Amino acid sequence: MPTLVVNGTSMDFDAEPDTPLLWVLREQLGLTGTKYGCGVAACGACTVHIDGIATRSCQMQIQDIRPGEEITTIEGLSPDRSHPIQQAWAELDVPQCGYCQSGQIMAAAAFLHDFPEPTDEDIKQNMTNLCRCGTYNRIKAGIKRAAELS
Amino acid sequence: MTHRFTLSRRSFLAGTAAAGGLSLGFSLPALAQDAPTGDIPEMNAWVVINPDNTVVVRVAKIEMGQGTLTGLAQLVAEELECDWDNVTWSYPTPGENVARSRVWGSFGTFGSQGIRTSHQMVREGGAAARMMLVQAAANRWGVDAGTLSVSKGVITGPGGETLTYGEVAADAANLEVPTEVALKDPADWTIAGSRVLRLDTTGKLDGSQKYAIDLKVDGMMLAAIKQTPVMGGKIASIDADAVMGMPGVQRVVQISDEAVVVVADTWWRAKTALDALPIEWDLGENASFGMADLEAMLDEGLSATEAFVGNQSGDVAAAFESAAQVLEADYHYPWQHHATMEPMNAMALVTDDSCEVWVPTQNAETDLAVAAETTGLEIPQCEIHRINLGGGFGRRASAADYTVVALKVAMEMKGTPVKVIWSREEDTTHGTYHPTTKARMRGALDADGNLTALHMRISGQSIFAGLMPFALQNGMDPLTFQGLQADGPEGQLGYTVPNLLVDHAMRNPPVRPGFWRGVNNNQNAFYLESFMDELADAAGKDPLEFRRGLMQNHPKHLAVLDKVAEGIGWDTPAPEGRFRGLCQHMGYGSYVAAAAEVSVDDRGALTIHKIVAATDCGHVVNPQQVEAQIEGSFAYGLSAGLLSQVTMEEGRVQEENFDTYPIVSMWEMPAVESHLIPSGGFWGGVGEPTIFVATPAVMNAVYRATGQRIRELPLSKHDLTPQ
Ligand code: FES
Ligand code: FES
Repeated sequence: MPTLVVNGTSMDFDAEPDTPLLWVLREQLGLTGTKYGCGVAACGACTVHIDGIATRSCQMQIQDIRPGEEITTIEGLSPDRSHPIQQAWAELDVPQCGYCQSGQIMAAAAFLHDFPEPTDEDIKQNMTNLCRCGTYNRIKAGIKRAAELS
Repeated sequence: MTHRFTLSRRSFLAGTAAAGGLSLGFSLPALAQDAPTGDIPEMNAWVVINPDNTVVVRVAKIEMGQGTLTGLAQLVAEELECDWDNVTWSYPTPGENVARSRVWGSFGTFGSQGIRTSHQMVREGGAAARMMLVQAAANRWGVDAGTLSVSKGVITGPGGETLTYGEVAADAANLEVPTEVALKDPADWTIAGSRVLRLDTTGKLDGSQKYAIDLKVDGMMLAAIKQTPVMGGKIASIDADAVMGMPGVQRVVQISDEAVVVVADTWWRAKTALDALPIEWDLGENASFGMADLEAMLDEGLSATEAFVGNQSGDVAAAFESAAQVLEADYHYPWQHHATMEPMNAMALVTDDSCEVWVPTQNAETDLAVAAETTGLEIPQCEIHRINLGGGFGRRASAADYTVVALKVAMEMKGTPVKVIWSREEDTTHGTYHPTTKARMRGALDADGNLTALHMRISGQSIFAGLMPFALQNGMDPLTFQGLQADGPEGQLGYTVPNLLVDHAMRNPPVRPGFWRGVNNNQNAFYLESFMDELADAAGKDPLEFRRGLMQNHPKHLAVLDKVAEGIGWDTPAPEGRFRGLCQHMGYGSYVAAAAEVSVDDRGALTIHKIVAATDCGHVVNPQQVEAQIEGSFAYGLSAGLLSQVTMEEGRVQEENFDTYPIVSMWEMPAVESHLIPSGGFWGGVGEPTIFVATPAVMNAVYRATGQRIRELPLSKHDLTPQ
């Protein structure tokens, strides 16, 4: 059986090699925090980290994941919602319906790593995940707050 | 034993008509007397207090991002005088509601009604529970209840002795529920009215909140659906054998003339097989319908002699004849899709004598009625599990098409829970779209530039006609006139025009319409508030001054407009290269206005530098959540104004996913400055109203920046490059 290293644990699964990582996470590994929004890399709801890089998992077939690559999902970002992005999100009440927020948080966490002191323009250029509830201004404020907390 | 009674789907659906503020009263028979069950005694339907002092507030409305859950809990907690830090919540089910004589009222969560239609009930629930708890303590101490005081869930006696709510809850639950309860003056609120954080955030930070699409129950199968690409089309043939051998595939079920599902052990396998399934369609008579047909249909209505009258005063024809100047312009508002971030889905488990449904729904009582109707079971044999929605926006308010589908599949596979998930493409192409209309706006000005007459002819689609024809009134859809009516608490025109005619030539294309956040206010505000600016220009007046001249009888409308004018600095010139626009509208009981400051560069790219918004919703229960709704409403409203539209060719919706149905992203999102100016004495909604003013404020500013009057949305259809 093929395996993936997810949130630090090696996990077995049963899926065709061209199955998107998104659906292996959700349906084989029970990690439903990663969301299906579009399936065409347009929304970012499915964002996870592969070796720390924010990746839209709906476009990543499991056959293209190399052995040893480490996948982190929202469930593994921190053990207790203590990542600065999660703390800032809680402080500012960022989520509305919340459906896009796993992806937003994963994208923001990777972004903050690359831009520890982000400007508004950096955020605008790099935070491309969609939120139909329109939480963008709080996401922006949340990233800046997280930068302070980091 | 079950009770036989008729609970028609129609009666439930009629309830949803209240989305537009109509009172189409309906009644449900009671199954039994209000008889609560459970280990922990409840104070009443709204409040349960555990021995550890935690307070469970029962919430009848559903949470879909709008914050109602927290707001309702604040109102209960305020009257209960409990410790906010101890408050949690739970959802009663629709089955429980029916079994208890609908003690929780309507579960319908739409029309920005969550707070404003239930604040009285929930506050009384909290106050009654407090009185019972205090009485129980008084009984225990053998003193008069009037001598006790209470704060943060702790009752203090005349001698300073204390008891917590948790300690007296069991006694209190046995007391008579008081019939007379006094509510606090909102001026004395401490929990309500404050910026407390939402109760439902934690699970949204670590992926632990389960949406319906995430639920897993034992033995569950997954289904992917394909529906006729053309409204009215039918399946001619399916070759199920071609996919039965594919991995994981269990069944191919044609659930109706119009739809087929593939059931598999995972959704990805079901979808993969569905994509490979050979299907022949008989597309029917709508297969040639396209935008040219729509255009012709709406244009014909613009000048048709017959139309339903929504608001009329004076003598419009005479006023136009004696006008010094007549202005005329045609506007168009396209179809829009809700595009909830969580695609449509529902799970059902049907047996010979029971039915359970897990569904993200804005009105679980509709789904309950649908479950009984579809399965042929009795209401008490059916139950709906309410799960927080990954967005609703009206898509999950009334059609319940997803629930019907899940039930039909589950009926074919009795004993197996089946979850049907729409692909994004299937979701986008089978929506209940924001109705499309055109408007012919005509205004008459006298020699001094005063507006003497206005005729607003709306031509186009009716939601009621397409979704719930029984709600039409002698063929007329009163909801068409949202925000344009002469009076009423729900929404009224903010201008006094001596000669006025607002009418509607109903023209219904073969596309399913629906309630789309903001509903008909969206296009009505776009038409009227854009044309107000056109009239002001024709009159040679400032847009704010021109409006003010018509608003002296409408002080609340005027107050929000003045507020945004002040906030954007209307009196002072905009910074070099920037231009401003403003507008106001009333709907869902609230007065809203917006002012935008924009620039357009030499390549025609629009930047919205800033938006100032004002809302008078009477009472504000949680300012930071109202602000969140205002900001979100700009994202939602400007998606339609700037970027998105649904179009049809050959009877098919052309847009399938977010690449072809773009919505506002971080890139377009403007900074928003919100002013809440609640004037008290009424309760207005906040989930939708700001959407109305988002687009016209920006388009009025775009006109100042470019000289282009945008009369057709979205803006992306137009080239703003300076000529
Ligand atoms: S689901 Fe992957 S980007 Fe939308
Ligand atoms: S919070 Fe609802 S889609 Fe982003």
